[in-house]
Amino acid sequence: MTEQSAPAAAVPSRFPAALKSAALSALVAFGLFSLIVGARTDQGPTGALIVFPRLDDLAWLAGVVFAGSFLRTLLFGDAPLQVSRHFPSGVKRIGARLSRFAAPALLGFALIAPLLFYSNRYYLDLSILVLTYVMLGWGLNIVVGLAGLLDLGYVAFYAVGAYSYALLAQNFGLSFWIGLPLAGILAAFWGVLLGFPVLRLRGDYLAIVTLAFGEIIRLVLINWQSFTGGPNGIASIPRPSFFGLPFTDDEGGFAHTFGLEFSPIHRIVFLFYVILALALLTNWVTIRLRRLPIGRAWEALREDEIACRSLGINTTNTKLTAFAIGAMFGGFAGAFFATRQGFISPESFVFMESALILAIVVLGGMGSQLGVAVAALVMIGAFELLREFAQYRMLVFGFAMVLIMVWRPRGLIGTRVPSIFLRKEKELPSSMVAEGRR
Amino acid sequence: MEYFVQQLINGVALGSIYGLIAIGYTMVYGIIGMINFAHGDIFMVGAFVALITFLVLVAIGVTALPLALFLVLLVAMALTALYGWTVERIAYRPLRRSFRLAPLISAIGMSIILQNYVQIAQGARVKPLPPLITGGYTLFESNDFAVQLSNVQILIIWLTFTLMIAFSWMIAKTRLGRDMRACEQDARMASLVGVDTDRTISLTFVIGAALAAVAGMMYLLYYGVADFYIGFIAGVKAFTAAVLGGIGSLPGAMLGGLLIGLIETFWSAYFSVEYKDVAAFAVLIVVLIFLPTGILGRPEIEKV
Repeated sequence: MTEQSAPAAAVPSRFPAALKSAALSALVAFGLFSLIVGARTDQGPTGALIVFPRLDDLAWLAGVVFAGSFLRTLLFGDAPLQVSRHFPSGVKRIGARLSRFAAPALLGFALIAPLLFYSNRYYLDLSILVLTYVMLGWGLNIVVGLAGLLDLGYVAFYAVGAYSYALLAQNFGLSFWIGLPLAGILAAFWGVLLGFPVLRLRGDYLAIVTLAFGEIIRLVLINWQSFTGGPNGIASIPRPSFFGLPFTDDEGGFAHTFGLEFSPIHRIVFLFYVILALALLTNWVTIRLRRLPIGRAWEALREDEIACRSLGINTTNTKLTAFAIGAMFGGFAGAFFATRQGFISPESFVFMESALILAIVVLGGMGSQLGVAVAALVMIGAFELLREFAQYRMLVFGFAMVLIMVWRPRGLIGTRVPSIFLRKEKELPSSMVAEGRR
Repeated sequence: MEYFVQQLINGVALGSIYGLIAIGYTMVYGIIGMINFAHGDIFMVGAFVALITFLVLVAIGVTALPLALFLVLLVAMALTALYGWTVERIAYRPLRRSFRLAPLISAIGMSIILQNYVQIAQGARVKPLPPLITGGYTLFESNDFAVQLSNVQILIIWLTFTLMIAFSWMIAKTRLGRDMRACEQDARMASLVGVDTDRTISLTFVIGAALAAVAGMMYLLYYGVADFYIGFIAGVKAFTAAVLGGIGSLPGAMLGGLLIGLIETFWSAYFSVEYKDVAAFAVLIVVLIFLPTGILGRPEIEKV
């Protein structure tokens, strides 16, 4: 205990231990990297595989592990790292005070962002992408964070929404504003369809069935070529119009009607506000639903299913509505994705997307609306910043997921606001909320 | 009839590979109750280690096939076990008493790390290996269709069954097996009566990874190719197999693996290759509707 409270004084006495643990780590690292990094396979002149030794890279990696392990043990000892312990309490208090203004500040920033980035199309596209993930995160949060049903195939509903809108628009010429609700309804229908078989399942059985469902949808999209276009996807999906006014440079277009000079950025700005409105709608509906009996039933279900049933809550309907409403928002996001991209293919709806959305929900702190938004901003934003290191960015991304979970298993936002309270509203530590395992 | 027998043989060989990977999932699930999403990628690492070891052996002049195969098996099991141990140490042990979704996300992160690490270190191209074990037996022949049992299939089925017997013996009779069963029932109580739970859990990962390495080597011998992405597909299939058999049950994992292998092979043979995965997943969903804890899984008793 004393060692942890006075890290500086204990540094010299830890020297032999640090040396030993560093040597062990380096040995393990050497074993791990020996073949995969130390020997590179490539096709030789005859076409058969041959190996090249790559010992310098191996030595580098083992050296880095040695130094890292040495410094870590020397400075922090053997105890598991806890980042929050190394922050002075003043910083924490200021952070807590600031976090109260975070939500309004973020919303205000989102509202004026298109004006700030008006001339920078890259940032606008990036913010649209971030908002899409915020919306998906909030949608999945209904299923995972509120109802506590672990869903590993959320991307299926995103895909259903995107393909529904694309096919409706192409085959029946429906506009975006008619296609959007229809895509949401169809996705909700698929949510109920998934909900039925999983009603009796618990925990990881539920996880694998949702994962299997997501894969089935993707495989059908790839293989049903006559209907979905197969791996080639669907191209030239109609762009959205400003409530009937297309974003074109001619009479009757958006720019002409309002007497503006035509600019392709108008459409991007419009898309930005559409996804912002959709995301805020998701958020608003979630907040309102939490105050309705159905929302309370979801949270009760998450905490204890047996207690729920003995109190007369219909768990079947509760689970199905959670799946349906979560899926509906996924469908909205999908329809938006289709109209923004103008092209969709099964490539966009792989399991990694589901994992990413789930990671956003969990990293943000399940059940916390602000946390999900912040996590989406951090994950997608950081991912884009790493674009220069294209080769390594997925690697860094994976490490970030592991590290955030190890340091903050409850997510970035560690407190929850209860839906109902006695007399005074106060924030709870998230450890008091059930874990969403059913 | 001949065609049917042939597909049966192919299905059992494929199912053996899935079964060996599924054991890793089911053991980890039984002991700490988490889905080890990185296990499929451990299998992929095993295939790569086997591939590289074989190439290195060829480069230094070890060409006697039985000796080379034995050495490849040993090195692949040892190094992949080290990967299993490291993954547990880095990503799961700090989250041992944490809430349930945290290790799942950390496992998905680990899976991304392993995939991209191998992709960066060895390139994204498919690595082909010429068939090492050739030949086989013609079981019987009629109507211009010969039922073949290749030597690779014999090796796969024989190795799987030997390992299964050794493994069941280990779980039933050894000290380690007893510790594992104790941890599975109640980790806290086991630690109170002197079982080193951390060590037992580590060894569970090590054994699971070693079995995945055997599966990886057999995959390489059977299909003759490996790339960094094989882990995801094989992992999802094996996990499906584990759940189908009843997660937490070792005979269930093997049975589930065989079933998934057979469903896939028969569906490709009689219906369509494109929808073979859809068939496997659909069977999983249908089985779970009627048996919510899998075929051999015990129903979870909830205390109120």
